[in-house]
Amino acid sequence: MNPDEILKFLRLTYTALSDGALLALIALALVLIYKATDVINFANGEFMLVGGYIGYQLLVWLQVIESPSVAVLLAVIGMVVATTLVGVLVERLVLRPLIGEPIISVIMVTIGLSNVMQAIVGLIWGKNPRPLPIDIIPRFSPFRIELEGARRPLNLLPDTLIILVIAFILVGGLLLFFSRSKHGIAMRATADDQQAAMSMGISIRFIFALTWSLAAIAAAVAGLIIAHVTNGVSGDIPGVGLRAFPVIILGGLDSIAGAIIGGFAIAFIETFASGYIDPGLKTVSPYLVLLIVLMIKPYGLFGQKRIERV
Amino acid sequence: MLSLNNIEVIYNDVILVLKGLSLQVEQGSIVALLGANGAGKSTTLKSISGLLRPENGEVTDGTILYEGKPIQNREPSEIVRAGIFQVMEGRRVFEHLTVEENLRAGGYTADDGGAAQRMKLVYDYFPRLAERRQQVAGFLSGGEQQMLAIGRALMAQPRLMMLDEPSLGLAPMLVQNIFQIIKRINEEQGMTILLVEQNANIALSIAHYAYIMENGRVVLEGKPQDLRENADVREFYLGLTEVGNRKSYREVKHYKRRKRWLS
Repeated sequence: MNPDEILKFLRLTYTALSDGALLALIALALVLIYKATDVINFANGEFMLVGGYIGYQLLVWLQVIESPSVAVLLAVIGMVVATTLVGVLVERLVLRPLIGEPIISVIMVTIGLSNVMQAIVGLIWGKNPRPLPIDIIPRFSPFRIELEGARRPLNLLPDTLIILVIAFILVGGLLLFFSRSKHGIAMRATADDQQAAMSMGISIRFIFALTWSLAAIAAAVAGLIIAHVTNGVSGDIPGVGLRAFPVIILGGLDSIAGAIIGGFAIAFIETFASGYIDPGLKTVSPYLVLLIVLMIKPYGLFGQKRIERV
Repeated sequence: MLSLNNIEVIYNDVILVLKGLSLQVEQGSIVALLGANGAGKSTTLKSISGLLRPENGEVTDGTILYEGKPIQNREPSEIVRAGIFQVMEGRRVFEHLTVEENLRAGGYTADDGGAAQRMKLVYDYFPRLAERRQQVAGFLSGGEQQMLAIGRALMAQPRLMMLDEPSLGLAPMLVQNIFQIIKRINEEQGMTILLVEQNANIALSIAHYAYIMENGRVVLEGKPQDLRENADVREFYLGLTEVGNRKSYREVKHYKRRKRWLS
């Protein structure tokens, strides 16, 4: 095999891995909300936007701190707290009044919400992209892979690996939360049968607020990572969020495992289709594969089927 | 322990379902609430547990006193924390959760410290559940799901357990089995039980006191042995007639008259 080809394959795989981790994180935010409330949150991209900008603003304020790692840590903690509040606020002011209304109305409201959130971000921070004042992930020098006979060596950025690790920790933490903790189980119980959950003394309002906060945090972290990768916060962040829709449909709207596997699958399909066939295929290819998968598995790869006892 | 005084329940602001219902539940007893479809039995339970609200129902008149304090129209989570737990009709297990996770969801309001001990208690009453603890609840049989639904209630350690038709859709053998366990829970845990049933026979076999409802009101009440001897109850709820005698329409009329008189 041609050494150049091997390096190209490695490069594409490496890109797809970090991209996949990011997509999985974004998709997870969508799945969380869908599972608990049956709502597809079209404002997910805007939660990423708001989270990214809050992170940016905190970094600007905190850059006076001498040690950059302390500043980043504080900024991330601050961002998590702030986005939790945003999540609670949105649930309380926008979604709670809609409890009992048809799901489609709630979904339409999330579309409206996305516009409002974009407008608010535009009002506060303007339209121009702004670079992050401190790097949230230190810029290590790339590691180099040289192959005999290859025209150029391959340079891989270590950031990618770090993003992968961050995504894994977050997703793993959420999975543990769902399977072990009392509130995680209560969230899944609520998703299964709301009224029965109420009869256990589970407060549906609390669970909904918790869900929206967790989803907002996941989205905000994703937003900040995108800001790092694209060298700054800008109005383009929600566009990345849109790429998560084929992910959740492929993986199954209500499956956490589906979000993770779907995220990587879509990232690999996009990267390889654009790398090997035609760059123009990047946006289209996931939908083509999606179409075929849905013909065979209408609930998505891991979607919950209705359990029927015979 | 619990007393409902002349309560009225209205759904969607127009439909009057309970029309001045009163009943008493003594501490430590099993009280059965019997009646035909649509009599308002489930509504009665929901008015106590607070589950009326999500269905757009409301207690508009009368009082529900639990240990002397009014609890009508409270949030279900408050009611559960106060010690009243309703096992809903149709079992309503969380289908995609395992048996153990279902039980943990049941113990949501109880403190975490005693969770392991309470789970052991549930498995003692229902050894079948212990065998299937890692199984997804949706695939359990109907009887096992009913056991799980009662097990979930035990996890919350309520002082008053309300059961809505535990016999629904189960084979007669299983019904016997479940009712024996309900009786044991009452005796061994000292748990007060309010039981809604269509199967009057089995309910009367374990109850200490019973109410019979029709059209949103209590029409008859008494000790099970007294009710069993009542001719109307024998005929209409227990399906017993004097063998060999033809049924006559006059008797049915008599019953209707009596109903009108009572209500």
